[in-house]
Amino acid sequence: MIIQHPLLGPRDSSEFVYLGDASLIDRPDWQAENAAEAFYDYAYLRANPAGEHRELWFHEGGDRSWLVVTRNTVTHEISKVELARDVARAQGRSK
Amino acid sequence: MHDLVAITALGGSEPRIDTVGTVTCSEVPGVALASVAARLDQEKKAAKALTKLTGSPAPGVGRFDGAPVAAFWTGPDQWIAEAPFESHEDLAEQAKAALGDTASVSEQTDAWTRFDLGGAQVLAVLELLCPLDTRKMTYGDAARTSIHHLGCFVLCRSPEAYSLYGPRSSAGSLHHAIVTAMRSAL
Repeated sequence: MIIQHPLLGPRDSSEFVYLGDASLIDRPDWQAENAAEAFYDYAYLRANPAGEHRELWFHEGGDRSWLVVTRNTVTHEISKVELARDVARAQGRSK
Repeated sequence: MHDLVAITALGGSEPRIDTVGTVTCSEVPGVALASVAARLDQEKKAAKALTKLTGSPAPGVGRFDGAPVAAFWTGPDQWIAEAPFESHEDLAEQAKAALGDTASVSEQTDAWTRFDLGGAQVLAVLELLCPLDTRKMTYGDAARTSIHHLGCFVLCRSPEAYSLYGPRSSAGSLHHAIVTAMRSAL
């Protein structure tokens, strides 16, 4: 499987490590009223779609960037690869 | 008084040199290294300040530039500076002086070991060693990859000369991987 790295171009998936659902970027507010429930959801509950799935990959054997990869879990087709920091910044997080 | 003798990463008193066919692998101990990571919101200033250190524009994605102090790209807004140890033993201090508060600098000299691979068929060896498309690399290209499960940097000095940086603590394993690939490919 080849992952089209947004900076480095096509790289072999053996250079990457898979973390899991991209929603892990959205850590809940620990001071919120429903923090306990939100963290339970954040830590344990996952959608398990047969189809398009946004997930986090780490380019460990490369430039060490975190990526958000949109992959079809049925066909393994990768339709989109973004730097996780760009995704977080687009949400108004960090800078 | 202690009478300590310097040894190379492979434990010898002289750098190890192995030749198989047309390719030579030489251990290169005399390099000073320092990592430079731009701080948040200081990325542009850090890139500019890096120029003061290397005398060349901060290298972009997958590139290296500069002499005698060179810098190679290791990740977004991160570089490693390399220079001859003889003349730049205090490279990290020089980097900190040039970059100030725009970047975090850490001494890396003895964290890495360098092997230079040279020869007409060097690409045949690199093909076995790493998943990089080394045939497309040209002078000034630098990339990180996995060699024998070790995170290594590959720098293209010319189509027939490459430098590999790997973790010094695994120098023996990396050297074994390189020489094994040389014997297999040539």
